[in-house]
Amino acid sequence: MLQVFRKPDKGKMFGKQLMVEFQNLGVDSIGIVAVISTFMGAVVAIQTAYNIDNPFIPMTMVGFTTRQSVILEFAPTVISLILAGKVGSRIASEIGTMRVTEQIDALQIMGVNSANFLVFPKVIAAVIFNPILVIFSMFLGLAGGWLACISFGLVSSADYIIGIQSWFEPYTVFYALIKTIVFAYLIVTISAYQGYSISGGSLDVGNASTKGVVYSSIFIILFNLILTQLLL
Amino acid sequence: MIDAKNISKSFGDQQILRNISFHFEEGKTNLIIGQSGSGKTVLMKCLVGLYDVDEGDIEYDGRSYSKLSFKKKKKIRQEIGMLFQGGALFDYMTVEENIMFPLSMFTRESYEEKLKRVNFCLERVNLEGQNALMPSELSGGMIKRVAIARAISLNPKYLFCDEPNSGLDPQTAGVIDELISEITHDFNMTTIVNTHDMNSVLKIGENIAFINQGELWWTGNKISVLKADNTVLNDFIFATELTKRLK
Repeated sequence: MLQVFRKPDKGKMFGKQLMVEFQNLGVDSIGIVAVISTFMGAVVAIQTAYNIDNPFIPMTMVGFTTRQSVILEFAPTVISLILAGKVGSRIASEIGTMRVTEQIDALQIMGVNSANFLVFPKVIAAVIFNPILVIFSMFLGLAGGWLACISFGLVSSADYIIGIQSWFEPYTVFYALIKTIVFAYLIVTISAYQGYSISGGSLDVGNASTKGVVYSSIFIILFNLILTQLLL
Repeated sequence: MIDAKNISKSFGDQQILRNISFHFEEGKTNLIIGQSGSGKTVLMKCLVGLYDVDEGDIEYDGRSYSKLSFKKKKKIRQEIGMLFQGGALFDYMTVEENIMFPLSMFTRESYEEKLKRVNFCLERVNLEGQNALMPSELSGGMIKRVAIARAISLNPKYLFCDEPNSGLDPQTAGVIDELISEITHDFNMTTIVNTHDMNSVLKIGENIAFINQGELWWTGNKISVLKADNTVLNDFIFATELTKRLK
């Protein structure tokens, strides 16, 4: 782990690698985040609307509940779990394949700090880009909820918008972003460790990939509880 | 030159190398030969510093590897080129990027200077003009040649080749052997080749160490290897029908 966070051998190469990881881990995840967030927001809004059968509860609650659910839990946690599957398996299998095909040995022999060269840019890219993805997810989740409400005639557009503006605490966004950063770090380091430490062949790469996703997901759930207890 | 002094290495209870001492000469192709599982690859990985030895020492031109600081070890590693059994090319980089990688990491040369060196290395391995190909587009022999080009890009003092002919047809294997031998003599490198290919032994074996069950069993060269009266070595050398008949 200490090797990962050493000063990069060459800044220019690190920068180049960082750009590649922004693309691989961040930009390439925009599509899946967009689809899941929109539908997630829509489902939350529909379920909330159907569960409000008391006439004393204003329909603005649909927007309010959707906003709270999306910002506090769905965007940071569910999207991080999705990214653990997509990005975590990619990292574990990429590094694992490099290990079994001796590419990591080749880096070591050249005098390159392989852990730093391969893992550090991924950590930085995920820690910077995942919060961007989560903010994007929050907006799309709320938009998905609005779209569902007006499409199915559940709540008027005005009520929904009033709802998402009601009792807004900016701290909830801060809390969500802190969680996202911790989850991003966990996804990359756990998956990279699984890939980096394998020995064997293609079967072991598959196992490392699975372990990377499973352990990342478990730690996300665990740290979700710890951070929620600490921050809220 | 590289000196291996009383090297021993174990993995758990299993001792792989026992008290191996050998002098790898400069400007010569030094061969480590032996059956599969004899400990050749472990010895090579100890020599390049991928494995730490349990006992003994390795000296690179008199510099004791185990006693060096992290920075100095790193410096020595930049003097090493290595050709891996499978090539170990970075599969997300083109041929040009693969060869340019060590130059980008450890020199301050401009792109033009690096490209000039890349083209020189490619020409040296008879692959001029193949810069844009990806490793997946290369044949087995081409992968080995690109790996050699990458290994020599930083003009190393020491060249290690782990089973350079594995998976190649005899003709291509011969080309790779010639290439390794030419490069060794042209650049006066200390080259160490790990092999169990008898054609390589007889073609480029200027200084040979025969390893058997983790021990140094015999030393000599491509001429003396045919006349050796060591039974274990003879069984290894004359294992094929062709060599038996020749004998």
